[in-house]
Amino acid sequence: MNKVRTQLMLCGGTGCHAYKSDVFQEELQKELERQGLVDEIKIIETGCNGFCAVGPVMLVQPEGIFYQKLKVKDIPHLVEEHFLKGRTVKKLLYVEPASKETIPNMHEIPFFEHQVFWAMRNKGAIDPEVIDEYIARDGYFGAAKALQEMQPEQIIAEVKKSGLRGRGGAGFPTGLKWEFASKSPGDVKYVLCNADEGDPGAFMDRSILESDPHAILEGMLIAARAINARHGYIYARTEYPLAIRRLGIAIQQAREYGLLGIDILGSGFDFNIDIYQGAGAFVCGEETALMRSIEGKRGMPRPRPPFPALKGLWEKPTILNNVETLSNIAQIIRKGGDWYASVGTESSKGTKVFALSGDVNNIGLVEVPMGTTLRTMIYDIGGGVPNKKKFKAVQLGGPSGGCVPEQHLDIPIDYEEIAKVGAIMGSGGAIVMDENTCMVDMARFFMDFVQDESCGKCTPCREGTRRLLQLLEKICEGRGVPEDIETMQELSGTIKEAALCGLGQTGPNPVLSTLRYFKDEYEAHVLEKRCPAKRCVALLKFEVQPEMCTKCGMCFRACPVEAITWKKKEVAVIDKEKCIKCMTCFEKCKFNAID
Amino acid sequence: MVPDIRPEHSDISDEMWPKIDDIITANCDIPGSIIGVLRECQDVVGWLPVELIDYISDGLNLPRSEVFGVASFYSLFSMTPKGRHQIKACMGTACYVKGIKEVISRIGNEYQLKEGCTTEDRRFTLDAVRCLGACGLAPVVVVDQDTYGDVKADKVIEVLEKYE
Repeated sequence: MNKVRTQLMLCGGTGCHAYKSDVFQEELQKELERQGLVDEIKIIETGCNGFCAVGPVMLVQPEGIFYQKLKVKDIPHLVEEHFLKGRTVKKLLYVEPASKETIPNMHEIPFFEHQVFWAMRNKGAIDPEVIDEYIARDGYFGAAKALQEMQPEQIIAEVKKSGLRGRGGAGFPTGLKWEFASKSPGDVKYVLCNADEGDPGAFMDRSILESDPHAILEGMLIAARAINARHGYIYARTEYPLAIRRLGIAIQQAREYGLLGIDILGSGFDFNIDIYQGAGAFVCGEETALMRSIEGKRGMPRPRPPFPALKGLWEKPTILNNVETLSNIAQIIRKGGDWYASVGTESSKGTKVFALSGDVNNIGLVEVPMGTTLRTMIYDIGGGVPNKKKFKAVQLGGPSGGCVPEQHLDIPIDYEEIAKVGAIMGSGGAIVMDENTCMVDMARFFMDFVQDESCGKCTPCREGTRRLLQLLEKICEGRGVPEDIETMQELSGTIKEAALCGLGQTGPNPVLSTLRYFKDEYEAHVLEKRCPAKRCVALLKFEVQPEMCTKCGMCFRACPVEAITWKKKEVAVIDKEKCIKCMTCFEKCKFNAID
Repeated sequence: MVPDIRPEHSDISDEMWPKIDDIITANCDIPGSIIGVLRECQDVVGWLPVELIDYISDGLNLPRSEVFGVASFYSLFSMTPKGRHQIKACMGTACYVKGIKEVISRIGNEYQLKEGCTTEDRRFTLDAVRCLGACGLAPVVVVDQDTYGDVKADKVIEVLEKYE
């Protein structure tokens, strides 16, 4: 192997890809060839770097210089300045929005500075399609230790000691789950990985699969050894083609290296993994539904008990772990459960990955130690709310979760603390909402989702969520009556108690949490027929307020159907006959002058 | 076992049938393979006509009701024809907060197209899909294999006009 002096870790995650990182890579390679640098400088396409907001991004190693928002036209200058003359290109570096300071080194950028990379330790650091690079970062050392030096009971004890809890949403202790399955009688057992990441607003599993697929295989191998399983499946979303491709490559390479298959590392232990592609059903994230789906049936949940640890896939003892959970396993075995438990709060140990998105400056993946406050995550790492808008709430846990308003932003990230304020940790979606978000409309959005994804097996979920949605639609359209709010509260309680699986039991949460903190918005919709955030079309008048209008003409230029008349120094007027209520003028008006 | 008689269907050409037969033959002894078979057959034909679902059921020796049940349960499978270009508008939370609703209504107005439907000339099919996991780019629209990030309502038509 040639010794290269510089490695360019170019992000090939979905975010950067959409910003044409592939074209950039091709052109950069050509330029390096032209300058005769290909023997010294190597481009490595990595998985998602996490800082999607400023893509495409590239890390220059070993210096640690971080380039962002790369464009093809910058290539000749970049190659000449940095790679020939050794000078960093200032205009491609990150600029801190508040202080206007240029920060060349990745680890000094506030977005990265407050993070701790455990579950995502290899993101952007290795080529995910080369097993040697994973091994070079201590990959498969945990598996080797588990297979050669440890008994199954010791593995389980170590995972229990770490305090690791399921990162898919429910937060069940991982070690305990393994212990149940290991004690279940039977020769045939299964290890499953839940990569059916379905919560809207969560993309950490996709990112881990794309950037570090071997970590998942290693975690599954250790789990298999702990419960004595011979076969595993990764149930992956079909919407993630890149993740599926990289997993396939990883499995193939692991087989070639004897890290999957027969007699792994001479231990006499056999284990194999297959990928199973889902077909687009949110409810398949529920464990019993996922198992039915692998069996080729409609993915509908069944009542528990019996729990999958006793009767799971094909009626055999089965454990199902989430991607992020599994990515922690190898390190716990390698470094010990005490090491993992040294970070976090009393009941929540280690780190948690959040997908920070919505109305926040630094959109991307964020991994923080448990116990960090939500405020640190949103303001110090996320850089706060853009366009000088006011923060309204952060939605945690997707359709099963809830909104956390301003007054609770100082709670630590911890399963129990988050539950106390009416949200859940969930899989880690964190969607920031500014003052322009209508909370009634948000509740309607989530209820629409739950109602659509309800499998229809149990009545409380199938019928109850539909009635809730109808009530919310009624309120958003200005036909709500005061009793509707009470009815929703009562109905939500019934659904929570009576639904069969987690989807229904948590489905009313978005309604309950918005009612808890934003009841005034519901009341404005019902009593005054007014949408304070100006998002519910039926409650808007589509009129320009003359006293607010600055006569700038932005709305006039933006209107797609020429329904707005405006002249310099005159207030704009909307022709309601022509108006198609597309909301473009609302978005464009910076002065909140349209009602 | 591949059935003896192939049904007639205008969207399934003579070149497609051997591919469908290969998929069935490769999977007929594997338990739980039905979802994979339906996916691969849909990749060949573009959608799943009822005649094809019946043919697959016979080939895999499964009750037609069961195969139809699976095909209708999962959102990946379509039992209506698709347009030449498929527009997928992401309905994830981040995209919703960033205004995908307005994007969809703009597409609808421009091409007289409703969610889940295809234009009369079969140029576009518009689907509102589940979170694509590209929340960093919200609002996101995917046309065929191309992902477009930060597509606000006033930009989307410009993007779509590239697809004939």
